[in-house]
Amino acid sequence: MNLNLNQISYSSNENTEYVVEMKGIVKRFFNVIANDHIDFKLRRGEIHALLGENGAGKTTLMNILYGIYTPDEGEIYVNGRLVEIKTPRDAIKLGIGMVHQHFMLVETLTVAENLALELETSFLNPTEEVRLKVEEIMEKYGLKVNLDAKVWQLSTGEKQRIEILKAICRGANILILDEPTSVLTPGEVRELFKFLKRMASEGKSIIFVTHKLKEVMEISDRVTVLRKGKVVGILDTSKTNEYELAKLMVGREVIFELEKAPSKLSDPQLVVEKLNVLNDRGQLAVKDVSFEVRGGEIYGIAGVAGNGQKELVEAITGLRRVVSGKIYIGGVDATNRGPSAVRRMGVAFIPEDRKMGFVPSMSVAENLVLKRYRESPFSNRFFLNYDAIQLYAKKLIEEYKIDTPSERSPAKLLSGGNVQRMILARELSNGSEVIIAVHPTYGLDVGSTEYVRRLLLKRRSEGAAILLVSEDLDEILSLSDRIAVMFEGKIVGELPCEKADIETLGLMMSGAYARR
Amino acid sequence: MIEIKLEKRPLPSRIEAFTYSVISVVFALAVSGAILKVYGVDPVSAYGIIVFHVFGSLPGISETIVKLIPLTLCGVGLTVAFRARLWNIGAEGQLLLGAIAATGVALFSGDLPSYVLIPLMFLAGFLAGALWGAIPALLKAVLNVNEVIVTTMMNYIAIELVRYLIYGPWRGAKEWGYPITDEIPDAAKLICIPGTRIHIATLAIAVASVILIYILITRTTFGFELRVVGGNPEAAKYAGVSYLKIVLLSMIISGGLAGLAGTGEIAGIHYRLRYPESISMGYGFTAIIVAWLARLNPLLVLVTSIFFGGLLVGGYVMKIMLGLPVAMVNIFNGSTLMSLLLCELLLQYKIKFIVKRREMH
Repeated sequence: MNLNLNQISYSSNENTEYVVEMKGIVKRFFNVIANDHIDFKLRRGEIHALLGENGAGKTTLMNILYGIYTPDEGEIYVNGRLVEIKTPRDAIKLGIGMVHQHFMLVETLTVAENLALELETSFLNPTEEVRLKVEEIMEKYGLKVNLDAKVWQLSTGEKQRIEILKAICRGANILILDEPTSVLTPGEVRELFKFLKRMASEGKSIIFVTHKLKEVMEISDRVTVLRKGKVVGILDTSKTNEYELAKLMVGREVIFELEKAPSKLSDPQLVVEKLNVLNDRGQLAVKDVSFEVRGGEIYGIAGVAGNGQKELVEAITGLRRVVSGKIYIGGVDATNRGPSAVRRMGVAFIPEDRKMGFVPSMSVAENLVLKRYRESPFSNRFFLNYDAIQLYAKKLIEEYKIDTPSERSPAKLLSGGNVQRMILARELSNGSEVIIAVHPTYGLDVGSTEYVRRLLLKRRSEGAAILLVSEDLDEILSLSDRIAVMFEGKIVGELPCEKADIETLGLMMSGAYARR
Repeated sequence: MIEIKLEKRPLPSRIEAFTYSVISVVFALAVSGAILKVYGVDPVSAYGIIVFHVFGSLPGISETIVKLIPLTLCGVGLTVAFRARLWNIGAEGQLLLGAIAATGVALFSGDLPSYVLIPLMFLAGFLAGALWGAIPALLKAVLNVNEVIVTTMMNYIAIELVRYLIYGPWRGAKEWGYPITDEIPDAAKLICIPGTRIHIATLAIAVASVILIYILITRTTFGFELRVVGGNPEAAKYAGVSYLKIVLLSMIISGGLAGLAGTGEIAGIHYRLRYPESISMGYGFTAIIVAWLARLNPLLVLVTSIFFGGLLVGGYVMKIMLGLPVAMVNIFNGSTLMSLLLCELLLQYKIKFIVKRREMH
């Protein structure tokens, strides 16, 4: 079948050093140059990191290699042969597989059925044929997945494993992973890295697309750094370090250690008492949660997604009803008061899903007053005052360095980082004393991440009480004063920042403490 | 082998959007022209005759304005609903409900003077249309029932309701058993421009509604909320905008304006309730295209209504002067909507044709 055929047809070329050579690749999108004469070489059996900020052209380059885009200029050699890759089908035939950030799986089918969908199998009883082949592959690379489980029952890490299996089953010898760790927990990342290394040692060549420096250092053999569509460095990982890579990637010095000056603590601004909240399915998702956040303090909540953080945040911000328990903001009861009332009490909310926080079809200016359009001077309750709105928007655009053609441009033209700046500008500029920030740097590049974190620390030193919910333990550790871990709806432990480390938090997140 | 790929384009400018609207109309004319040709009529001279009779003669112009009135009212209402991403397919039914209510008020409220009776009829028409819009809105906002299905089906309820009334309880005593109601009293009739059927009051209401709705959408907090709900319902929830309020109000406005159109048809043209297809020649459906061709801009609705009003009159010209079936108008409407949808795709995506060759070497 597929697998065997591919192995035979490409074994004749195994003497070439590079399995992929991309030469002088140019790709333009409406006069914007996404790839500017990029050269990229992948050696057999190596893990090659492709590093760059958002918009540096990593994904474009990989989409060209996978046949989703066709390059405007340049040549691609696979196993030493000049090829034209016009569709993903061409790429698959050449032994190239890609695992996207978003999985392409049928949730209601089993793992085996999903794999059978991808392969040419017999008409009757297709899963049996798949099973033999897949079990062989799982054995070889140490990839374990229960073939009879329905996909919706699986964790994100397991789904990603199916995607990798899918690519290998189709005969991929060259595997592209696009930001594979962005959806995984620390434990799952370790697992992923283990079998990536194993696959490389078995002769597969892997391209690892990322903007995370730590991962580059940990997993890759070599690294190609992109900035603004150009290659700015090709290095052996063993001969470089995070600082050098960051400088190459961003184009300037980056300060990793944020200065966290001790700040003056004031009274508790956000108090949560024995809170119980249901999820969408009517099950108890938050169980007897109590904590308080004082002014001038960042309270971090760590935990794997789906352990009640979403429901907790929605309850505090008034988006979800509370079953029992109390929420106090600045000493005033805010339980079940609804989102508008909670906001007026001085709560800023940076939502987990950026899509929730803005309206793409409306202008940047309108988005900047999304929560305040009813207030003076932006309106007199009935008529909007566009002069005031635009004046205010111009000020915020400058202050928060939002990169937009004008304040009247629709927000959908902004990049992800600039959308986040826009949301932060709106939420942090009205002097709210309580800030709820959920994954505030999710998907942002190094420069924007640094900016967002500085901003949060600045509001902290100004006396705001900040609740930080994140899965990114580095972020929690570098920002928080106190850290709580949520597991299955409960807070299973709370530590001052000085006593917390990744290992302890990781254990707590996995539920080890809860079971004792 | 040739492969076709779609690539995303940058945001279209206003000029591009306008150009594509014009292209889509030209394309529709070409498609209809081809059908005319098959029918044995020369499309160029046929279009010439139609344009001449519709826009070049007084009866043509005045009849175009007569058709423009309900199209504008329904079309403007639909821009409100569509902006909130509520697919109101029920303007036809909402118009008929307005017609029923207006007739009811005119027939059964005794001897009222004109200046009381006519405002009352418009009010009743608005409320009845609004009610017909509010029902699917409530179902949508509270129970998340698909508004396309509910509004579509409620058209049939409205049509059958009209039939029931004219065959049953409201059948006119002085009409020798014909399925129509009695004529409404003179005090309930609108003044028309002499020699035409243009009922000025409704025309004025239509033009005013265009301006008012434009201001409502672009300049008010309600319009802001409407666009937030339409642009991103999740963000609306996050910003504390009440979904129920916006859905309900926008459908009340949408339905109410269609109801006003129904009132105008009764008080200005028919003076009685009659077969639903006689009261409205599908104004509520045509208004969907009117609103889309105007790109949901209320001011442009006035322009597109002129076009489609002329088209409806053109249907008569085709029938009388060229001996063609009126169904040609429906064919034209259909092909316009289809080519509009196609142009929407072309506005957002660039189509690339890729010629597949053998691998090199």
